[in-house]
Amino acid sequence: MSHRGMEGSAVLAKNAAEPAVPLQHTRGSSMQTRLTKRNRHIHAENVIGRAIAMLCAAMLIILVLSISYFIASKGLATFFVNGVSLKEFLTGTTWDPEGEPAAFGVFPFILGSFLVTVLAAVIAAPLGIGAAIFMTEISPAFGKKILKPVIELLVGIPSVVYGYVGLTLLVPFIREQFEVLGFSVLAGGLVLALMILPTITSVAADAIEAVPQDLRNASLALGATRWQTIWHVVLHSALPGCLTAVVLGMARAFGEALAVQMVIGNTTKLPESILDPISTLTSGITLNMGNTIAGTPYNNALWSMALILLLMSFAFILILRILGRRKWASR
Amino acid sequence: MKRFGKLFMALTFAAAVLAGCGTGSTTTPAAQDQQQPAAQPADQQAQPAATSGEPVTAVGSTALQPLVEQAAKDFMAKNAGAQIQVQGGGSGTGLSQVASGAATIGNSDIFAEEKDGIPANELVDHKVAVVGIVAAVSPKVGIDNLTKQQLIDIFTGKIKNWKEVGGADMKITLVNRPKSSGTRATFNKFALDGNQEAEGITEDSSGTVRKIIAETPGAVGYLALSYIDDSVKALKLDGVEATPENIATNKYPVWAYEHMYTKGEPTGTAKAFLDYILSDEVQKKTVTDLGFLPITEMKVERDAEGKISNK
Repeated sequence: MSHRGMEGSAVLAKNAAEPAVPLQHTRGSSMQTRLTKRNRHIHAENVIGRAIAMLCAAMLIILVLSISYFIASKGLATFFVNGVSLKEFLTGTTWDPEGEPAAFGVFPFILGSFLVTVLAAVIAAPLGIGAAIFMTEISPAFGKKILKPVIELLVGIPSVVYGYVGLTLLVPFIREQFEVLGFSVLAGGLVLALMILPTITSVAADAIEAVPQDLRNASLALGATRWQTIWHVVLHSALPGCLTAVVLGMARAFGEALAVQMVIGNTTKLPESILDPISTLTSGITLNMGNTIAGTPYNNALWSMALILLLMSFAFILILRILGRRKWASR
Repeated sequence: MKRFGKLFMALTFAAAVLAGCGTGSTTTPAAQDQQQPAAQPADQQAQPAATSGEPVTAVGSTALQPLVEQAAKDFMAKNAGAQIQVQGGGSGTGLSQVASGAATIGNSDIFAEEKDGIPANELVDHKVAVVGIVAAVSPKVGIDNLTKQQLIDIFTGKIKNWKEVGGADMKITLVNRPKSSGTRATFNKFALDGNQEAEGITEDSSGTVRKIIAETPGAVGYLALSYIDDSVKALKLDGVEATPENIATNKYPVWAYEHMYTKGEPTGTAKAFLDYILSDEVQKKTVTDLGFLPITEMKVERDAEGKISNK
């Protein structure tokens, strides 16, 4: 590859240099030739480098587009091929794809996904942002040396381990505390909260660190206490960043499958409280995908659930983009 | 530029590896439709006369997977040239893949005829083992037998407390399998006579189901016999225990075949492997060791509709 590039540039340089030769026979001309040659060489390298970078980018875009197309074509078959109405699919509460008559209501799954995600965010957001404040404002030395690595360690734990710990410790704990089954929205929310805590903490810490030191100094100079500075000045200006952190965490929680599936019980009945078991879109897919036959209405319905997940992740990204723009506007 | 050179080398290498995988399948027509397995054992080069070199993929049922894996390991140890890849994925995946030709063998817990969307007439059934399925409760419930009617009433949600069937005063918690599961289909058909189960906790993996039954007071679910241990109590049905003898004569009716489907009659390595699984060596040892019942011991035969006939 490198040889071809050099040959090409040499040829180019030679062609370009030719008309210059008869006009000038000075030392300068040979110098010029050498310089152009070098420039051409670098130019060719740039072109090739850019081409490869663009190829990689194009491949990524093609990949994303083809995955979206694949999921959409499979997922939409439920409505166009199997004739399930969109309204029945989204709002129906009975899930019995192999029953007589078959029912494709995925509302319990959608509700379950939202409930555990929101619960996880409600639990993890104050904890994560609090830890971020501690790490950046209150005790940076301890925060950077100990807290940050510990939190990053949490990211590395596989989700099945979180699920198994949840199943072994959390579910029996909830069962004994509240005298219920134990498999519940609460258990799912708690496990997810732990899983998204590192995301929220590190992104929020970055946002808080990015707040200009001048703002803190000005606030303190005006006689504000440290707490007032943190609460009214630092957190206020880091708010879009903190919201980004929470949305990123929610996006992760929404898509998590394995850990949640182990602790929520997977019933398709609508829950009456957060202590009742529930299903999520992801657990519905993982529990059934392997057992269904490709092309059957059951299998297509699972793809439609995957399509909902995909659309939700698009929505989360959209929210993140809007939040990102707001950050610039507020400065 | 150097870096691009390396990238190029990596791509060339990857292409070479893929091409190398491709040359493996040459001889028989059955080999042409295979998915190329991602990783192939590199240490098998000899080509004995009994088997051809094409890799065989067996995909599907996770319940059957341990048996097929063990048999494949023993088979490859005996036949140095044979390559058998065993993968899970579920009975539905196994049937879909063998029907589409993506896998050589599709492992399934249920008859192909029982799943819509599978061209069952194109597939050849090889029943390799039998698995007994029992209702299991936590030992604290304090019962060891249920009549079929009691079992149906429990699973349809009519009976809600164990004291109604002579057990401890405990609320009943159902542990189901997903609606698409083969184990659930078998249990529903032969233990519940097709009555629709009430909603309960749903888990797919047998290990998780056993853990939940063992730890949740008043939980009841169903497990393959091979998963029964001291932490859970297997229930008799109408006073009949799920022993190999009772299952062989259909006295205990809740059992299912483990199927290995091929598209058309198997050839080459696939045929040799299926013959090996049905040999006494595997049936008498591996099958029993892993908690299945040898197909050779069955005194009755059951068809896809559930009709029983004596062998």
